[in-house]
Amino acid sequence: MHYILDAIDFVLQPWSYFLFSVIAFWAMIKYREKWTEPAFAVKLLWGAIGAIVFSMVYSVHFREIASLPDNVPIFLMVFSVGFFTWLSFRQGVLNDRRIAQGQPPIEKETSDKKVYVWPDLVYIEFIATVVAGVVLLIWSLCLHAPLEQAATPAWTPNPSKAPWYFLGLQEMLVYYDPWLAGVVFPTLIIVGLMAIPYIDKNPKGAGYYTFNERKLAIIPFLFGFFILWVTLIFLGTFMRGPGWNFFGPYENWDLHKVVVLNNVNLSEYIWVRILGIGLPSNFLLREIWGFLAVGFYLIGLPPLLTKKIPLLQELLEKMGVVRYGILIFLFLSMAALPIKMVLRWLINLKYIVAIPEIFFNI
Amino acid sequence: MLDKLKKKIDEIFAQSPSPEAVKKAIAEGQVWKSIFRHGYPDTPRNRVMAVLSNVFLHLHPVKARHSGVKMSYTWCMGGLSFFLFLNLTVTGILLMFYYRPTAEYAYYDIVALREHVPLGIMREIHRWGAHAMVIAVWLHMFRVFMTGSYKPPREFNWVIGVILLVITLLLSFTGYLLPWDQLAMWAITVGTNMARATPFMGYEGPGASMIQIGGVHLVNGGSDIHFALLGGHFVSEATLIRFYVLHCVVVPIVAATLMAIHFWRVRKDGGISGPL
Ligand code: HEM
Repeated sequence: MHYILDAIDFVLQPWSYFLFSVIAFWAMIKYREKWTEPAFAVKLLWGAIGAIVFSMVYSVHFREIASLPDNVPIFLMVFSVGFFTWLSFRQGVLNDRRIAQGQPPIEKETSDKKVYVWPDLVYIEFIATVVAGVVLLIWSLCLHAPLEQAATPAWTPNPSKAPWYFLGLQEMLVYYDPWLAGVVFPTLIIVGLMAIPYIDKNPKGAGYYTFNERKLAIIPFLFGFFILWVTLIFLGTFMRGPGWNFFGPYENWDLHKVVVLNNVNLSEYIWVRILGIGLPSNFLLREIWGFLAVGFYLIGLPPLLTKKIPLLQELLEKMGVVRYGILIFLFLSMAALPIKMVLRWLINLKYIVAIPEIFFNI
Repeated sequence: MLDKLKKKIDEIFAQSPSPEAVKKAIAEGQVWKSIFRHGYPDTPRNRVMAVLSNVFLHLHPVKARHSGVKMSYTWCMGGLSFFLFLNLTVTGILLMFYYRPTAEYAYYDIVALREHVPLGIMREIHRWGAHAMVIAVWLHMFRVFMTGSYKPPREFNWVIGVILLVITLLLSFTGYLLPWDQLAMWAITVGTNMARATPFMGYEGPGASMIQIGGVHLVNGGSDIHFALLGGHFVSEATLIRFYVLHCVVVPIVAATLMAIHFWRVRKDGGISGPL
């Protein structure tokens, strides 16, 4: 058995984990007709349960992490996100079929009918309350809230992890400095979420489940939610050990694992390795390439993309310059994370712009 | 003897009113009628009255779109978020009876809660409820997104929702420190360390060194946003009391206010969304 575990640990690296999740995401979109079939979905569910049981049984390490009380809710999260993804896609697929045949979505059949809130809604709320209350009570009876030793500044646990729902943010710290990963990007996530209704001007698909009518909105949103949030939480919980080093899910956390850090700044790449001149002493000059790269990414790239991609041109015409500008800016900000990840994996890039003198590293 | 007793009992039963009659007597008595100003809600009129004359139920409209009340549509996730919030409020108040937010007592109060308080599972309910609420709010947002329910006229309610999401995470985060164990202290240390890097406002953030008057840096380790958040350079007792007040007073009040607006807006925006 441990050959299988070792093989999985060997194959899983940050880059392959990311690659696999992107492939899974693509398959989820592409084969939605297939996996939303209840029979198929049940197989997927068994697969997921099987994988977890397998991991729990054969890997002491996995079992230990998975049964930390504060990590238990992650399973609730993963399974409920999975189930509700299925539920929404299932209804979307069924509606899309109806729409393709010229019928209205299924919600339409009952949306013109009004029902009395007492009892039709109140009893649903009542049952939901009771069920949720009972589940919470049983959960609380079975699982103690964690309590470790009293707080002491004298001893720092390694790894120090934020609560699980922030581990996506903590994972970003691997690739970006705290001012970006901890402050700017979270702010942009919040602003970006708030901007959604003002950016998505597609009048279709309001008030019913559909995929086909809202592809352009659903794919980026779910990419952010699944790939840049949920899977990073999973990675941060199960695959980040001491020193925030990456470990396979079944690999024991070795406190002394040494990872060679040979990451290189863009300035060094260009001035030293390519031009062979050596780093200029003036930091503005030194980082000129980084500034050019970031400037191009944020200012030069949007018009270029818009010109080249007809779809974007269409969007620009529909949305007007301001809305479209904001949309592109938000997209590029979101893409900044995977781009930096890939650059790190491919060429060990540390910083694109590195001015530690004023804490300005990108 | 036994026969006599049996007969007596039968007699008493024969004389006593039927359950229906008791129900009727209660439901038509002055006490009942002063509380519920309507009959049993099985007629249209009484159903309308049931919702309108009850301050809690009247968060709802009297009638709703059939498609909108279905579980398959809303997943009941907004409602569950709210239910969990109420739950957390109640268990949170119970916890406040036992907990003193000082470095000396906080940890041992939590230990005592586990060891000495009969049925001491409100800490469990509170903690798991908080985790569940984070998940429920995400799922609620997910369903609102997938049904396109943020589209006009509901744009602003989505914005309120996003703030509620942030508030929910803030509640969890501030609460995480209160047990004052290693888990708490270091998770909050990791989380608040970011604040040091806030552009212009944290002393390790870009631009902070530019904010100076006559060579004196205004943003330094003792005056930046990180210091303001923690009440010191490190997570310490001052941080504990700050987070306690934020967690038990400030953030819940903001949350409750925003929820009131959120629910009110759901109705003003035409009830739960549905196809045109
Ligand atoms: C503490 C957090 C929250 C609570 C207690 C809450 C509660 C509710 C409730 C009870 C509803 C009625 C319909 C339903 O249950 O789905 C609702 C609707 C709605 N919520 Fe929330 N919500 C919260 C957070 C959010 C978030 C994070 C968002 C989005 C980012 C959001 C956006 C909306 C919108 C747009 C509607 C109207 C949906 C429709 O008409 O179909 N809410 N909310």
